[in-house]
Amino acid sequence: MNEYVSLSHGSGGRQSRDLIKKVFTERFGIAEPLTDSAIIDESFPPGSRVVITTDAYVVDPLFFPGGDIGKLAVTGTINDIAVSGARIVAIAVSFIIEEGFPVNDLVKIAESMALEAERAGTRLVSGDTKVVGKGKCDRLFITTTGTGFLLPQHEHISSGLKVTEGDRLIINGPVGNHAIAVLGARNDLSFKTEVLSDCRSLNRLTEKIVDNCGEIHFMRDLTRGGLAAVLNELKEMAKCIITIDEDSVPVDEPVRGLCEVLGFDPFSLANEGKLIVVAGKNEFRKVLEIMRSDPAGFDSSVIGEIVAGDRPAVILNTSAGGKRIIELPSGLQLPRIC
Amino acid sequence: MKYISEYRDKELIDRVARQIEMAVERDYTFMEVCGGHTAAIRRFGIPSLLPANIKLISGPGCPVCVTSTGFVDRIVTCAQMDDVIITTFGDLMRVPGSGPNLEEIKSKGADVRIVFSGLDALDIALQNPRKRVVFPGIGFETTAPGTAVTIIEAAAGEAGNFFVLSAHKVMPPVMRALLENGIRIDGFICPGHVATITGYSAFEFIPYEYNKACVITGFEPLDLLQAILMLVNQVNSNRPSLETEYKRAVLPEGNSLALEVLSKVFEPCDAEWRGFGIIPLSGLALRREYEKHDAGRLLKADFPRGKDNPACICGDILRGLKTPSECPLFSETCTPANPVGACMVSAEGACNSFYKYTLYE
Repeated sequence: MNEYVSLSHGSGGRQSRDLIKKVFTERFGIAEPLTDSAIIDESFPPGSRVVITTDAYVVDPLFFPGGDIGKLAVTGTINDIAVSGARIVAIAVSFIIEEGFPVNDLVKIAESMALEAERAGTRLVSGDTKVVGKGKCDRLFITTTGTGFLLPQHEHISSGLKVTEGDRLIINGPVGNHAIAVLGARNDLSFKTEVLSDCRSLNRLTEKIVDNCGEIHFMRDLTRGGLAAVLNELKEMAKCIITIDEDSVPVDEPVRGLCEVLGFDPFSLANEGKLIVVAGKNEFRKVLEIMRSDPAGFDSSVIGEIVAGDRPAVILNTSAGGKRIIELPSGLQLPRIC
Repeated sequence: MKYISEYRDKELIDRVARQIEMAVERDYTFMEVCGGHTAAIRRFGIPSLLPANIKLISGPGCPVCVTSTGFVDRIVTCAQMDDVIITTFGDLMRVPGSGPNLEEIKSKGADVRIVFSGLDALDIALQNPRKRVVFPGIGFETTAPGTAVTIIEAAAGEAGNFFVLSAHKVMPPVMRALLENGIRIDGFICPGHVATITGYSAFEFIPYEYNKACVITGFEPLDLLQAILMLVNQVNSNRPSLETEYKRAVLPEGNSLALEVLSKVFEPCDAEWRGFGIIPLSGLALRREYEKHDAGRLLKADFPRGKDNPACICGDILRGLKTPSECPLFSETCTPANPVGACMVSAEGACNSFYKYTLYE
């Protein structure tokens, strides 16, 4: 096999088939013969509905401390399904590869995808590769599409319809690590950090939460735009006032320090393994306990509350004892972070 | 985070806030001239800790905000020349000019790259010897020494393809211009970082010549509250003076190394400020010894002055005459996602800070 991907690998002929077989299908456990669609051998529980999500990944660099583009493409799609309160069943993936991309790197990325899917208990069932000429894309872009099913009692979770006064907001750990890890891995910044990306699948955590608690009113993962973006989306959807205590939001020390130096707001930084759970006032302690018992939620903490009022807003009680609004982040934050 | 957390101690903050509450006797208006202060005041929610009769207004201390339309036009013109790479701090990308801004021409193919320091820009010049690399020098006494060092290195390394378009400015003349215009304030929260470079003496004219209170301070909530308390006490006793709360960073004589490179590379020049027009001797131009690195040479001598959007009141905001919420464009037409004026572009701009961190009322 060539050491580098060439345009002939995208021609649909012998080289394409060799590449697909040697790099992808065996690792993903996709059996011959290769069909045009994957037929999923899974029957959904009666009354459940099908969910589907898709996401493109263009992160730069492709490999960063704590993950790589492949792991990110799998966890990102799993998490979109998971925080809807749904259960992931299968993932389809498409690769756009720039001519000249090292096959070894492609193998590493495929391995990382297969490993992450296995960890999360799901499968990569269908795929596509395209090769484009030098300079027509930046090394490698990946798109993943996930599907799963949603039980009727969890349908409200993604829209926040049941969010009400007295609900508590719980986060599963410190914010900002992914963005700082990726920035640190880029050559254009003159700092090195020990910070690892928080990139991980959250489906086992969310399944534990929704299977054991009845008052889960909202869940969402914190990706681009970070905590600030999700809180503002929730405010709009649920037409509520959210108060957050700055001191209770976990931020790792190196992340906090770099934010001070670089002028970033940790609440607006991207994460890839963090979520917000909004739980009813009678149940949030139990939810917190369940979350803390899961490896993806050891550092969970209650960070705020839904309060009464008629003008939707996100209010931060600052660590200095003051109050201010948390606005939706806007403009170019940090490009190509996922 | 030691050395920072002490200045965010809630109990101490609360104690100083109560001292301020007990000290106030009348209405007070103080201006912070540093954009870093503007952002810190909003970020920590300082106004919510103050009695209602203390008003804080933002001055012309955000370097991006005071950058003139004409300067943006110049740098955009450079970017459209053959074989030119623009290397800029990210904030400048979206600052409006008379025509397109840097972000717009980048999307149409101009080679515009974001850097984090002048030395990064010089590296790009060294790696691309056939291109001309232009670095827009923006900022006050705090960033100008970095540009000066870069120019010295470029000259020593014979990077003849490295150019600086200087819009560097110095702070004291614009504070004098505000006072000459009869600005109605009781005192200044003086810029702590600028003072670390210049030393105390740069601000002494304020109490002596204009009888206004003056405190140099840092950027943590306790710094800001302590400075406000000191200002209130100066006003109450009717003894305006120059005090510094930021002794842990500011030396009376400033940073002699930085001052040395500044005067080696730059000389004072008249400069255009958004909202103020030309202020005499408020800018920094490259000295003749370094003129081969002056990007002004790439442009016509009679390059036209820029035109500002007439509806935008950035000028009045920078002069402390109006607050962002008094602008008809604020938060409707002009938002961080779609800025009309420069004050909405930079994270340190009064409008941007006000938009992001407005106190909940």
